[in-house]
Amino acid sequence: MNKNENILACNPENSDTQNIEMDLLLQAVNLKYGYDFRNYNKAHLKRRVFQRLKLSGLNSISELQNKVLWDKEFYRIFLQDLSINVTEMFRDPDFYLSFRKKVISDLKTYAHIKVWHAGCSSGEEVYSLAILLKEENLLQRTQIYATDINKSVLETARQGIYSNKEIELYSRNYLDSGGKGQLSDYYTSKYGLVLFDKSLSKNIVFADHNLVTDGVFAEVNLVFCRNVLIYFDKFLQNKVLKLFSDSLSKRGFLCLGTKESLKFTEFDDGYTIIDKKMKIYKKSQI
Amino acid sequence: MTRLVVVGASSGGIQAIRILLAKLPVSLNIPVVIVLHIGNNKISALLSQLNNKTSFFVKEAEEKETISPKTVYFAPPNYHIQIEDNQTISLSTDAKVNFSRPSIDVLFETAAWVYKDEIIGVLLTGSNNDGSMGLLEIKKYGGKTIVENPKTAFSKTMPYSATTLFEPDYIVNIEDIADIIVELCKE
Repeated sequence: MNKNENILACNPENSDTQNIEMDLLLQAVNLKYGYDFRNYNKAHLKRRVFQRLKLSGLNSISELQNKVLWDKEFYRIFLQDLSINVTEMFRDPDFYLSFRKKVISDLKTYAHIKVWHAGCSSGEEVYSLAILLKEENLLQRTQIYATDINKSVLETARQGIYSNKEIELYSRNYLDSGGKGQLSDYYTSKYGLVLFDKSLSKNIVFADHNLVTDGVFAEVNLVFCRNVLIYFDKFLQNKVLKLFSDSLSKRGFLCLGTKESLKFTEFDDGYTIIDKKMKIYKKSQI
Repeated sequence: MTRLVVVGASSGGIQAIRILLAKLPVSLNIPVVIVLHIGNNKISALLSQLNNKTSFFVKEAEEKETISPKTVYFAPPNYHIQIEDNQTISLSTDAKVNFSRPSIDVLFETAAWVYKDEIIGVLLTGSNNDGSMGLLEIKKYGGKTIVENPKTAFSKTMPYSATTLFEPDYIVNIEDIADIIVELCKE
């Protein structure tokens, strides 16, 4: 038998119709719940939507829209689908190494440091930064605001409890990032879980904040927002970068993900480059 | 008309890609996007090496970059690569798919949605199952599918896995893939 007989061919037109359904779905979510995903990259959203379709046995995005509008519990799950929730400790160790070398000495001249970690997800990178600041004797005079759109990942972040599944990678990352001890100095391990030391999170406030719709809430010396902008289209990237610029004090630092850049945005001129490859920027004195 | 070639490769992939790219003629006026499983290793050395072996311009794909002809884009290590409706590239740090980031399925699926029947999907050597579902998606939308001959591939699992799922348009040795791409692009 020809294996291909069972393949359900897709009319190329289907894809266009699905794009219309996607637009309507995102509009529905915005109108009903006030979460605006319309300027997120579509490919990423579409993959998540199709995964949810498959898992819930629904036939079309329109059917899913119906369920999202009328079934709050389903919506709650769907919101998790759309948000970005994969992260790791000391992701890109070279970045943290560069941060230690090129930013810390500046921060040391401050009596008090305020940090906004935007899109912190489940908090692995917040604890990474806290550990780094602790080793540089800066943590006790630092206030970190760690924010995310997703309340459920924030709860994980607040608890500082993670599976030990990735701890080997994290330990390696930590050492590569210029860590001064062992990662295990900062957590206790039990029943396949690791619990990060509460002294690390003493000065961290975890709060719900939506980069798309919420505004500036504090003046900060450092904005940390890594691998969040890659999910946004150009319009939204500029909007969020404006938020960061408004929030940063003069000569404040902006750290983006290594594949993100201010190049080709409206903010290219407003910053000097501290590390081109690691995407560390310093706000100009204007 | 073919407007994009997407390629997926895993173990043994560097050598296979080298052979494939070396055979792409100057006259071929299309872009190529490649996912190569390479872990967290840097690829800059590999890219400059490949640049000397092909008439195409080989580079690491950048976020929001518009896809242009005669260019070979590699997914950055540890990022998924996706194709957007406006024929630009987007990157993501999403969970691994088939234990892989970048994942071939992610590239193939999103490319199929945008380029529909104007795409060629090429699945090469590898020892896992990434890429089959994505290649099937390309097939569903009417794109052309080429699978490296599992019998002669460095690692047969990945190409074999696709052939158990469906009947690809071509199952050929690595040396012959470039010629088929050229032929298909003439149509």
